Amino acid sequence: MSLRTRTRLFLAAGMGLLAFFIYGLLGLPPVGQQISGYATKLNSLTVPARHITDTVTAVNFDFRGFDTMGEEYILFTSVMGVLLLFRTQRDEVEEAPRNHAPGRQAPPSSDAVRVCALSLMAPTLLFGIYTVTHGQINPGGGFQGGVILATVLLFVFLAGDYEIFRKMDAHRAVELAESAGAAGFVLVGLAAIILNKPFLENVLPLAPAGTVLSGGTVPLISLSVGIEVGAGILLLSTAFLEEALVLKSKKGG
Amino acid sequence: MKMGFGPYVLAAWLFFIGLYGIVTSRNLFHLILCISILQSSSYVLLLGIGYRTGAVAPVFSDIPVNTPAVDPIVQALVLTDIVIEVTVLALLLTLAVQIHKRHGTLDPDKLSAIRG
Repeated sequence: MSLRTRTRLFLAAGMGLLAFFIYGLLGLPPVGQQISGYATKLNSLTVPARHITDTVTAVNFDFRGFDTMGEEYILFTSVMGVLLLFRTQRDEVEEAPRNHAPGRQAPPSSDAVRVCALSLMAPTLLFGIYTVTHGQINPGGGFQGGVILATVLLFVFLAGDYEIFRKMDAHRAVELAESAGAAGFVLVGLAAIILNKPFLENVLPLAPAGTVLSGGTVPLISLSVGIEVGAGILLLSTAFLEEALVLKSKKGG
Repeated sequence: MKMGFGPYVLAAWLFFIGLYGIVTSRNLFHLILCISILQSSSYVLLLGIGYRTGAVAPVFSDIPVNTPAVDPIVQALVLTDIVIEVTVLALLLTLAVQIHKRHGTLDPDKLSAIRG
């Protein structure tokens, strides 16, 4: 099918789809007028019932915790898929990075970049830990904090050279951390079953709202998600870096 | 159309411009970016549904519990949506890299006759 026929076909079909889209939108209330009764209930119930002051975290890790577990495993599977696809193929051999432009040295990271990366490392680490552990009080939690934590090791890549980064990135340990994080969520859920309660039901005492331990099992789930997301993002970025920097060429080619 | 439908119009625009890009794409990387644009329409739509004029963010650490707040459910949905999108995007980009290695092209039209 030529591009032209395809575009025409799309425009015709798109018109029909757009009509249904508008028809569906007209059934929604105008923006800003009202929110669902379920949302209002959750907003007023979360603090008294769960001692969690950030309702978004409560929804994610408690009220619809089972769904979030499924989503966490989509993340886990995608990371596994990327690693699987980027493994050295049967007809490829790994080579050390090669200089493509002899006589023209690639400039090392400038001092400005180094100073910035090095000085940002500690604050970012602290901020990541804070975000992971305070999701039940303020906006934050495992998903956001995990990404911030993964950034810390990318600063190592920016500050030094790739070889140092490669040595520091203990691949096995990161993979273990990712699996442990993914398993942690399920284990917290199973703990409730062992204590004869429904899956993922809170089993820990609730500390007063606004403290780190408020929310019972939610901080634990947040922590395990943080570890998994951090390790997962790190694995993804190293997989892409390695694909670009460590040459894989065909055997004998 | 009333002003109150602005986010819905934006969501529809993002959805259809993303879809148009996917249909007419000549490069797999371009196609993957179009998928991510298409998906961002769902964020705008969800946040638009959950917005309430004059309400605060659903975080009650320093305000009374009965303060009017926006919908926390759609915000949680968008949060996980973004996380999933990033990782699935990484998976798609990996596939594109491997396709380029194997077939030497990223044009979907030239890939129609896939060799074993």
